[in-house]
Amino acid sequence: MSDTHAQTVSFVRETMIEASPPPEKQAGAVKWLRENLFSGPVNTALTLLAILAIWFLINHFWNWVAHSVWNANSLNECRQIIRDTWGEGSTGACWAVIRERWNQYTFGFYPMDLYWRPTMSFGLLFVALAPVLFSESRKIRRIVLAVAAVVTLASMIQLNAPTPWLIFAAIVLIGGLIISERNNSWLLVFSLLYPFLGVWWLWGGSLWGPIMVIVGPVLGYIAWKLLGRISPILASVGMIGVTLFWWLALAGRAARDAENILSLAITPVNSDRFGGFLLSTTIGIAAIAISLPLGIVLALARRSDMFLVKSLAVMFIEFIRGVPLITLLFVASLLLNYFLPPGTNFDIILRVIIMVTIFAAAYMAEVIRGGLAALPKGQYEAADALGLDYWKAQRLIILPQALKISIPGIVSTFIGMFKDTTLVTFVGLYDPLKSMSDAVRASTAWKGIYWEPYIFVGAIFFIICFGMSRYSMYLERRLQRDHR
Amino acid sequence: MSEAITREIDRSQMQVSDEVAIEINAMNKWYGTFHVLRDINLTVHRGERIVIAGPSGSGKSTLIRCINRLEEHQSGKIVVDGVELTSDIKNIDKVRSEVGMVFQHFNLFPHLTILENCTLAPIWVRKVPKRQAEETAMHYLTKVKIPDQAHKYPGQLSGGQQQRVAIARSLCMKPRIMLFDEPTSALDPEMIKEVLDTMIELAEEGMTMLCVTHEMGFAQAVANRVIFMDQGQIVEQNNPYDFFNNPQSERTKLFLSQILGH
Repeated sequence: MSDTHAQTVSFVRETMIEASPPPEKQAGAVKWLRENLFSGPVNTALTLLAILAIWFLINHFWNWVAHSVWNANSLNECRQIIRDTWGEGSTGACWAVIRERWNQYTFGFYPMDLYWRPTMSFGLLFVALAPVLFSESRKIRRIVLAVAAVVTLASMIQLNAPTPWLIFAAIVLIGGLIISERNNSWLLVFSLLYPFLGVWWLWGGSLWGPIMVIVGPVLGYIAWKLLGRISPILASVGMIGVTLFWWLALAGRAARDAENILSLAITPVNSDRFGGFLLSTTIGIAAIAISLPLGIVLALARRSDMFLVKSLAVMFIEFIRGVPLITLLFVASLLLNYFLPPGTNFDIILRVIIMVTIFAAAYMAEVIRGGLAALPKGQYEAADALGLDYWKAQRLIILPQALKISIPGIVSTFIGMFKDTTLVTFVGLYDPLKSMSDAVRASTAWKGIYWEPYIFVGAIFFIICFGMSRYSMYLERRLQRDHR
Repeated sequence: MSEAITREIDRSQMQVSDEVAIEINAMNKWYGTFHVLRDINLTVHRGERIVIAGPSGSGKSTLIRCINRLEEHQSGKIVVDGVELTSDIKNIDKVRSEVGMVFQHFNLFPHLTILENCTLAPIWVRKVPKRQAEETAMHYLTKVKIPDQAHKYPGQLSGGQQQRVAIARSLCMKPRIMLFDEPTSALDPEMIKEVLDTMIELAEEGMTMLCVTHEMGFAQAVANRVIFMDQGQIVEQNNPYDFFNNPQSERTKLFLSQILGH
């Protein structure tokens, strides 16, 4: 037997090898280029082809973009300027339309002297959202709230907001910033009140309306507490019954009476004055905020052991998902009128919000169901074995994990839904993409302008959706727990 | 087989009382039409340490999962701590909060820190104030020798550490009975010992324990009764000495020769 063989068979290490850093990566642009773009004949050919395609695109559009006109009063004037500046036959973009009509794209036909109201609502939205979206990062909250405060107050001054409201907005924005630094969870009170305040600021009228809507669940809660001593089922029925009874029978009268005693009214603005991005964001934000909890409830119902609950959830989800959104919107705008008692004033935007919400909730339910199904059975068993009841197990163990898994799908649904708000054009509302652009083109000055409004609206949609996408990536990273 | 148990067992606290902790009477269970547990009769006294052994698919895990109603039985009677397990959800939650369970795959909650894993049930089920729950949790984490990991997440711990956290998490509910469902089967050999040591300590303090395991060394050292199951029924039960040295049934002899005879 040779020595070599003896060595391979029996071996004892006497000193352990210390860990050492990995070899230096050969850096440099040339290496990167060779590895990523020119690693072989086929890749080289493809790279050259891609460069050619990009060059062709840029070459084609460059003149159009470079010959932009921002100051003009009509499309013809734009064309004149382009012809005069860059010579006969040259093309150019006419952004002057955006400059002249930006207010319509933003606010629709909202009364011009009240522009400050949607602006304030939008600015204060960030005070409501920051504690929810950035609950764990004081630094991000500080940036968001500071930027919101400066931009909102500056815009409100620019839009001639009345001084008392300016002071109010300043107090909320700066107060929000201070509370966010001290004790973030207190800001959630404002988040809960915001939907009601926001509705009031946008549509105007009496503050007593939203207040009386809030009173409903409060009364329901009192009923639940009182009846809870007798039986839990009676308590739930009582809570829902009392709330609905208040809303349907008493709230309207109570609001009117209260308004007569102490007036808290601001100028009302009708729903048909809404349009542009004001309309899109109003519908989008409301639908996002409601469809997530509704989707969670539907997903849980669909996984329930109770036959009736499960079948109702399946029927609802499958029906809503199986119908085009436009159908639901037509139902909202036309069909509902047949079923409602004559003379009922059921706001069109509210109807559309309900339809968009249930449509999104059906998709949401399936996305969340996927997350629930991905959880190992052991998580349910461990929660059960510790004695947690169904709702506690769902809230503390199951949903936090299932929702985390579902984040990409949830945000995808949000993004899709937000873009779908443009479909409200089919029920006569002024969405920014179609109806608003048509309205702009209806004037003789801007007849025939197509590219610029579409690019502008598309760009705004892209910014908002890209923002949501980045937020979802941030959230996923923040919630990552599986490695160090 | 018994290399994992290296130290002397302190038997001073290991006393079996006359009080009945678990009473199972003529219990049967089916999965669909498959008769998985057949006529199980078992009385567990307070302070008993029972090891349940048997080939895979013999129903041992199903049996202990019936005791906290993770599985439902179809006939017969199970009484735990004087509470009968029926479909009454209140009784089930009561039993579950008195009975701790440790799983093969730990089943820690990955989105919560070790400390939060331990305080969750005391806070939400027992309504213990947060600070007090944290003190209790640190006490038990110290006991299983991982207090310094309290603020990490389960994914950052080794398998053995995770299983010890799972034991501590159960203990934080101050259970009167502990169920172990193959607690060491998913662990690397080097980590089995640390988990077994924790379980032995628990036994030394007089905890009532039912343990499904293949660790025969643990059975010999700690158990006062070994139950052998096959095809959904209890085939043989005896004290560990007689069980290992003088098995009666042919099936038991075959099983022991398979697992001890390598």
